[in-house]
Amino acid sequence: MYFDTLSAALQMEGHGIFVWSAYVITALVLVWLLLSPRVRRRRFVARLAAEQRRNQGFNPTEAEGSNAPGS
Amino acid sequence: MWSFFHKLGSPPWLYAISGSILRWLLPLTVLALLIGLGWGLLYTSPDFRQGNSYRIIYIHVPSAVVALAGYYVMATAGAVSLIWKMKMADIAMKACAPIGAALTFVALVTGAIWGKPTWGTWWVWDARITSMLILLFLYLGVVALYEAYDNKAAAGRACAVLSLVGMVNIPIIYKSVDWWYSLHQPASIKFTGESTIDPSMLYPLLLSIVAFYGVFTCALLMNMRLEILSRESRTGWVRKLVEAGQG
Repeated sequence: MYFDTLSAALQMEGHGIFVWSAYVITALVLVWLLLSPRVRRRRFVARLAAEQRRNQGFNPTEAEGSNAPGS
Repeated sequence: MWSFFHKLGSPPWLYAISGSILRWLLPLTVLALLIGLGWGLLYTSPDFRQGNSYRIIYIHVPSAVVALAGYYVMATAGAVSLIWKMKMADIAMKACAPIGAALTFVALVTGAIWGKPTWGTWWVWDARITSMLILLFLYLGVVALYEAYDNKAAAGRACAVLSLVGMVNIPIIYKSVDWWYSLHQPASIKFTGESTIDPSMLYPLLLSIVAFYGVFTCALLMNMRLEILSRESRTGWVRKLVEAGQG
């Protein structure tokens, strides 16, 4: 490592605040880029699965008798 | 060759192949990011003129390079979907826009933060920076335009035209530091001739650029997979996938 101590690495001779804030912002954006499509896809698949379960649970003969829409 | 194009146009095939690509590309990308950025941030020696602030180069240059390359991908996908009405190209174009916008944003913000200790100002309205800002608006424009239409076929055509027209901005960004007097330095890495950057700084930079390309590719594939699922949600293969608990 170029820096001797952790505080030297954090301060970077006065440039630390610039360098570290730039890296933190970049890291947040990259994490968002790589995580958000995964999370959204998981949620979408879960919603589809719930929808399919509802449709499978739907019994046409029963529904005819009760005549309730969307039961 | 033609069968490959037919496969490329097939949503289930693209969904499956992108899934298996992501399984190794994503961990590899994260590893390259950690090594490249960690190396640049902590293991290189400071620039003799700029001191430690130059370490921002390891995120600024890769994000800018990939933001520009991403525009080619988006415009090419737009052209393919306009000419051959290929649905997957439309999906690729739509998937590119938010990633490109995010990377352009990173390039602009890290550039501003780098500018403060180096030039003494956060922002100047010079050619390079202004044309990058226009790139951000082009990407955001494609995102917004897509959302503005209810008819997604019309939205795709409008976005494809916008991204093709926006191509005029790309050579301006590349050449801006040569054509106009600018605070921004010219390119340090050259494909022809000697690079004006020391190898000890060049290698981590190249690794970071590769890692950012990896981020773009992974995010592109993941966005496309989500879009494919939502467009094909009523088809048999998606139902089967969901039933099997995969997706």
